[in-house]
Amino acid sequence: MIFYLSALTMGLCLSAMGLGIYITMKIFRIPDITTDGSYTMGAAVTAVLLTQDWSLPAVIGITVAAGALAGVLTGLVHTRLKIDALLAGILVMTGLYSVNLTILGRSNVPLLNTTSVFSALSIFDKAIYNEVWVSLLFLILLGGLLSYMLRTDFGLAMRATGNSESMTRALGINNDHMKIIGLAIANALTALSGFLVAQYQHYTDINMGIGIVLVGLGSVLIGDALINWLGVQRIWLQLALIVAGCILFQLVLALALSLGVNPNMLKLVTAVFVLAIVGIPRLIRNTAS
Amino acid sequence: MIELQHVTKVFNRGKINEVRALEDVTLSIADGEFVVLVGANGSGKTTLLNMIAGAVIPNEGWVSLNGQEVTRLPEHKRSRWVARVFQNPLAGTAPELSILDNFRLASLRTGKKRLVIGINDQFRNTVRDKIAGLGLGLENKLQQPMGSLSGGQRQALTLLMSVMDHTDILLLDEPTAALDPRSAEVVMETARKIIADYRLTTMLITHNMRETLRFGNRIIHMAGGRVVHDIDAEAKKALKLEDVYGWFG
Repeated sequence: MIFYLSALTMGLCLSAMGLGIYITMKIFRIPDITTDGSYTMGAAVTAVLLTQDWSLPAVIGITVAAGALAGVLTGLVHTRLKIDALLAGILVMTGLYSVNLTILGRSNVPLLNTTSVFSALSIFDKAIYNEVWVSLLFLILLGGLLSYMLRTDFGLAMRATGNSESMTRALGINNDHMKIIGLAIANALTALSGFLVAQYQHYTDINMGIGIVLVGLGSVLIGDALINWLGVQRIWLQLALIVAGCILFQLVLALALSLGVNPNMLKLVTAVFVLAIVGIPRLIRNTAS
Repeated sequence: MIELQHVTKVFNRGKINEVRALEDVTLSIADGEFVVLVGANGSGKTTLLNMIAGAVIPNEGWVSLNGQEVTRLPEHKRSRWVARVFQNPLAGTAPELSILDNFRLASLRTGKKRLVIGINDQFRNTVRDKIAGLGLGLENKLQQPMGSLSGGQRQALTLLMSVMDHTDILLLDEPTAALDPRSAEVVMETARKIIADYRLTTMLITHNMRETLRFGNRIIHMAGGRVVHDIDAEAKKALKLEDVYGWFG
């Protein structure tokens, strides 16, 4: 039970990143892999500030700002220098590795006797229940904000930008600005995942972000498959299904571990799992036609 | 009011695939004028239209809209004066957004897209009434994604969207080229009505010679990046289909 609850919590913690990847991948159709860097950055900033006894609201604010900054950088490289989004993301992500190492000061910072969102908002006796409820609360707040934002006039402009750039240009929308803002929001969300995970697992490690974009991508693909399958139009429901995708993904990984898969093989399992999510529908389509 | 002074546009200058799209074109289009732009493929029509819209910046010469010099102003900043309908019905609308969302954005073409939810009952009713005027039966499908509509329906809606916010200039780049004859008729009738109702300064590119004679009050014929015929309203009345075909000899 605890085993699956912790998978659920991990899924919820990573859902902020999932929502971010949903914005870049589904709304803007930009393959952004700054994620690996901004996720670790969120965790690194959190670890350093919490060990120096900063208040949680301040830590959240700085984490969001740091993630947004990473997104803006990728956005500027992509739009101003006309560099492919994938390459722009790799450049920033690679650079961030050194930045993150500098922030952390060493490769691993434990968070054992510091306050955390989970302890600060605890209402249950058992830690795992608090972790589930706090991460759920966090996600509901983020999802609510995001779904409101996407329904505003600004949000419509954002969604249209990824849909038809010729249209948005003709309607007075600066597509480049929109992409930069979109990448900033996405990476701020990703950094928040780093913030949550660092406190949940009680440490920040410089390598914790490696391959995390793949986890996010796979989760969003599952969520997107659910959205298409159920024909969901409402934004908040779409976001809820993305979160469901993130949780499902973690449950599958947990299942793999419980079946005795060597933890060292977890990245390979992740890659194969994402490959299966992407590949199997195509195989089915190819054989059908 | 659209003015072009000695504009020249060369693509891939100095390369083997150099294209001289516009050669020293000077043109003045008065308020409320409806210009039909004709010419063979590669004659420079679309480049001219794109230059007015801001999608193409001239190498030489200058452009002004409503007396304001805009030569280097990017497209998204010219949307204050200019509304466009593209040849590709997909280009003028966002397919995954609902009809209503598309109209909401169109109603903000000259304004700010702010962080408030702008779609309310009043807006919904306004859009429903406007769409009902098209007679396509789309007024009860406002929540449907734009992408689920046919090309003709989308083009007609794009035209309607262009007058959701104030506009002076309407640019139509072969709006019916991708449509069947019936849909084309609906779109052109919608265009004619909107242009008359809002007294828009209009430029229409078409390869359809009948449309050329039927619409507008001025014909401009382009070839090799230059204006070769400029027919005003009076002369247009006397113009016959054979004359226009003759230009393309």
